Parts: sequence; C-alpha cells; structure tokens
Amino acid sequence: MRAFALITVLLLGGLLFFATPDFPPWGDPESPASLHVSPYYIEHSMEDTAVPNIVTAVLADYRGYDTMFETSVIFSAGIACLFLLRVYRRKSDQTRLYRHVHTGVTLRIAKGGKLPENTDEFERIDSLWVPYDLIIKVTSRLIVPFVQLFALYVIAHGHHSPGGGFQGGVIFGAAIILFAICTDLRRAFRRLNERAALLASAVGVLIYVGTGLLCLLLGGNFLDYSQLAGLLHTNAIMARSHGILIVEIGVGLAVMAVMVSLYYNLSSAGRHDEGL
Amino acid sequence: MIWPVDFIIMVLVMICGIAAITVKDLLGAAILFGAYSFMMCLLWATMGAVDVAFTEASVGAGVSTVFFVAAVFRTSRRTKD
Repeated sequence: MRAFALITVLLLGGLLFFATPDFPPWGDPESPASLHVSPYYIEHSMEDTAVPNIVTAVLADYRGYDTMFETSVIFSAGIACLFLLRVYRRKSDQTRLYRHVHTGVTLRIAKGGKLPENTDEFERIDSLWVPYDLIIKVTSRLIVPFVQLFALYVIAHGHHSPGGGFQGGVIFGAAIILFAICTDLRRAFRRLNERAALLASAVGVLIYVGTGLLCLLLGGNFLDYSQLAGLLHTNAIMARSHGILIVEIGVGLAVMAVMVSLYYNLSSAGRHDEGL
Repeated sequence: MIWPVDFIIMVLVMICGIAAITVKDLLGAAILFGAYSFMMCLLWATMGAVDVAFTEASVGAGVSTVFFVAAVFRTSRRTKD
C-alpha cells in the first residue's frame, strides 16, 4: 500500500513539474488572465465604486456572490464543528480545584463539596499545578485592546489598504483567543459566551444576505449596492463604496464569532469546562 | 522580485513542508506548519499579492496554528505511523 501511494505521489508530482512550464510567466501582460477582465477592473473600479483598493472592490462588489458563499462556508464550518464536538454534561458532578490567592495552597473540592463561589480569597484553576502567571496576564491585558483596535482598523480601512472583513475578523477573533489562552476559558465566556458567539456568526451572514435582499427590494439586482443611494443619502458610486463597508462588517462579525467558537470547542474537547 | 530572497524563502518552504510531515511529534508538526504558512506569506508578499499575504499571515500562521495546538493538546502528541 505504501509503495502504491509513493508511486502515485511521484507520478502526479512529475506530471505537475512537467506541466508547470506551460503556465504563462509571472506578470505576463499577454496571459489570458490579464487580457479580458483584469483591464476592466484596473481601469474602471475607481470610477465605478470609488474604492482605491481594487482587490476589495472585486471581492465585495464585482464578485459579491463568491464572498457571500465564502462567509456561508465559514459559518457552516463553525456549525459543523459544534455538532461534531459539543457534549453537554452537568457541571456540578466533577471535582474542582481552587487556589488560595495569598498562600498558594491548592484545594481539591470533591464531588458535591461546596465552596462559596463569590469569594476573593480563592481563584478557580484548571489543572493541579498552574504557575503564577502575573507577567502573562498583565501582558495580555496590555496587548488585547490594541489588537482589537487594529482589527477594527483593518475592517474599516479595507477600502484603502490591504485587509477587509475576513482578515479583520480573524485578528479580532485571535485577540479573544489570546485572552482565553492567557487567563482561562471561564473568564473568556464572561466576555463572549458560546450563545453570543453563535448568534454573532449568524447575524454576520444575515447582514451580508440582508444587504443583498435590500438591494433586491429597492428594485435592483441582488447585491447591487448602488440601489442603496436613496437610503444612505449619497450618489450611486459612493453608495457602492458604503455597501462594501456594510458587507465587510458582516463578514468580520461572522468570521470573528466562528473563530472564537471553533477555539472554544477544540480547546475544551466540546465540554466547555477548561481550555488550554 | 529579488531572486536570492525568493530562492531562500522557497528552500525554507520546502524544508518546513517536508519536516512537518516527517516529524513524529505532532506539536512540532503544528509549529512547523505555522512556519511554513509564514514563509508562504512572505512569498505572496514578494509577488505583490499583499491581500493574500495578509490572509495567509492571520489565518495560516496565526489562528490555524492555535487550532492545531488545541487539537494536539486534547488528543495525543505522538503519531501512530
């Protein structure tokens, strides 16, 4: 079986090497890809949509359907991961570990044992030995707001610089994941719980599809943002620019929520009790 | 495109890719895969595809490495084969 796999891989790899020189050279203006549609985008995207970054204009406006279904794919991935991994069990019938903050003594509370939940003397810890991580906690507290601010900048500034909803959403999700790694899963749940994350991912997809439907209701084609000009009190070109921003916010929200939800499910094996 | 930079990155991509599938420790494979993604990100950036490079850096090198580490942490660290 291994020999068969090796022969298949070598054959296909050789075929790839054999076929690669037939590709047009990198940056060739005569290649089919840069002869037909690319010149139109390069010459007209600024006057059509008033968006300087052609990639953003193509992704969210000219090829809006692709991005819409990409967002749906991400949403489906989050839902599929939830269905595969999530297990529900009662939280009370397991042993819990607490650390006395001032002395460092670890208490093991057996099944059914009680400790006052709202006390400042004890903090709940995940495994038997958790190091004192003051530096990590303070550093994460310093970094996370700036990462989130940068994510919002990436979403909002996608018209002018590289970036957009997808990258910004991933960075925002990464900030929340960083917080969950540096503290623990329960503190992260207090900021963004599972239900809110799933709701946000659905709302993100809904913003995208809803914008398309609104254009349809106003008498244009699906995802034809120039129809929003009346609602936004601008002309048709600026309406397309603003429509791209609305759609990018939807993509960012969906991607952020799905990334966080994926991390919650993967790091706790679906039990949502303790993370990494 | 400066060819020595391109060549070095290309060699590093190959080393990272081959090392990621041969190493026995899955945590090491996850980190090598992150390094592979980062080298691919540099390659996209030298080709001028900045948006793709940005996506590769945030998704490939950032979040997916965390997901791999989380999955390794919850399963086993050694491969069977």
